Amino acid sequence: MIEKKNISTQDIVLHIKDLHKSFGDNHVLNGFNMQLYQGENLVIMGKSGSGKSVMIKCLVGLMEADSGSISVMGNDITKLDQEALDILRADIGFLFQGSALYDSMTVRENLEFPLRRHTKKFGEAIDTQTLVIEALENVGLVDAIDLMPSELSGGMKRRIALARTLILQPKIILYDEPTSGLDPITAKEIIILMQDIQKKYNTSSLIITHDVDCARVIADRMILLIDGTNYAVGTFNELSNQEDPKIKAFFKH
Amino acid sequence: MLGFKSINAQLKAFLIEIGELSYFTSRFLKEAFKRPFEFKELLKQCYNMGNRSLLLVGITGFIIGLVLTLQTRPTLTEFGAVSWMPSMVGISIVREIGPIITALVCAGRIGSGIGAELGSMRVTEQIDAMEVSGTNPFKYLVVTRVLAVTLMLPLLVILGDAIALFGSYLVEHVKGNVSFTLFFNQVFDSLEFGDIVPATVKSFFFGLAIGIVGCFKGYYCKKGTAGVGKAANSAVVFTSLLLFVIDFIAVFVTDIFYDL
Repeated sequence: MIEKKNISTQDIVLHIKDLHKSFGDNHVLNGFNMQLYQGENLVIMGKSGSGKSVMIKCLVGLMEADSGSISVMGNDITKLDQEALDILRADIGFLFQGSALYDSMTVRENLEFPLRRHTKKFGEAIDTQTLVIEALENVGLVDAIDLMPSELSGGMKRRIALARTLILQPKIILYDEPTSGLDPITAKEIIILMQDIQKKYNTSSLIITHDVDCARVIADRMILLIDGTNYAVGTFNELSNQEDPKIKAFFKH
Repeated sequence: MLGFKSINAQLKAFLIEIGELSYFTSRFLKEAFKRPFEFKELLKQCYNMGNRSLLLVGITGFIIGLVLTLQTRPTLTEFGAVSWMPSMVGISIVREIGPIITALVCAGRIGSGIGAELGSMRVTEQIDAMEVSGTNPFKYLVVTRVLAVTLMLPLLVILGDAIALFGSYLVEHVKGNVSFTLFFNQVFDSLEFGDIVPATVKSFFFGLAIGIVGCFKGYYCKKGTAGVGKAANSAVVFTSLLLFVIDFIAVFVTDIFYDL
């Protein structure tokens, strides 16, 4: 079972060591390493098909890594049974690239859905209505509570998906391309929202993106994922001033 | 040589798919009896599948009853056996035509619906989102849908049979002036316990096949909208083929019992 450890400001909440993942002859991750600290916004950038999404899916147990270890708040997720993994998942929020809202449910039902398996987290007297309203207030969409996902715009869907991620009050939030497919103004709103949430709940965020503007605003630290490895690590300014052509290619407009 | 290689590859792919389908079925059987049970979702799916198929099954059954009687009547008249019409129609509808036609209609209506729904959920990462939120998507989506169609199909078959017999009665009434009571007395006199039970048991297996194949195709749908279309289409094609195989096995087994 999971043993939760006390986390101080500089504690590592997420630690990936020597992660390997292949699909046949295609070696996507070749010994990837990273640490995410408490309260930190870590951006991972890489080209399409570089293994960013594969890495993030390995992190939450949606994919099995070939080798390496993934430690989330002191628990090696590769060694957890299903029940322990589900309990741990309540502390990890995941914002999917395409929002992944359940089409057949209203916004309210979408937000209530994660609560059905994690009632213990909030004690017996769980008030789902209050939690749903609070999560929607955080993203400024309380009025959309009874709408269907098909009635929402792309930006609204992303906000609702963020509210669904927040409802379990996770300690770590994983963002898979949070601004992809959005217009620049809506993308900026989402970035501001991510910053507000980080400040309000002191969450640690792992953001996968190839949006340089998003990285510039939000990143405390960045990792460039090239050839399945963490090719370069540093702050936005450190990396954007590098002369290495492979690194430079990311920051060209 | 190339043709042989192609056939070999297709055979290999087919056998792999059969293996994966068998594993999927065994996982369904394991998960179906494990807590927590998703009763609310099961009831919702029963309502969706049963209620939304009523009209289609009803219309199909009615037309089958009409057509079967209209086509058989001249031959029976020729042999002076037209009085056997209710018995013949009753046995053929209850034993064979009712279950297989209803199952085929449901394979198109329900099987393709499940394949497309789960396929689009897979493609848009909704199934992954469910898993990340701590809900077992296999139990929530697959087990409930397979159970719902398995439970609903026998009921739809009974309804389809009843409407088909009513259609047959209408033809007999118009052409031969046969009364409602006489027609249905003859139908029920000719039917035995051994006609109804195998047909009902067979219907459960038809429902199971529609649910399992539809869910299997949708749950493991390939990425993209083309994948969703393919999942829905192959769910119908594969299920239709499987229904005839199950039908043959059911008739074969029933025949053995008749001989005993």
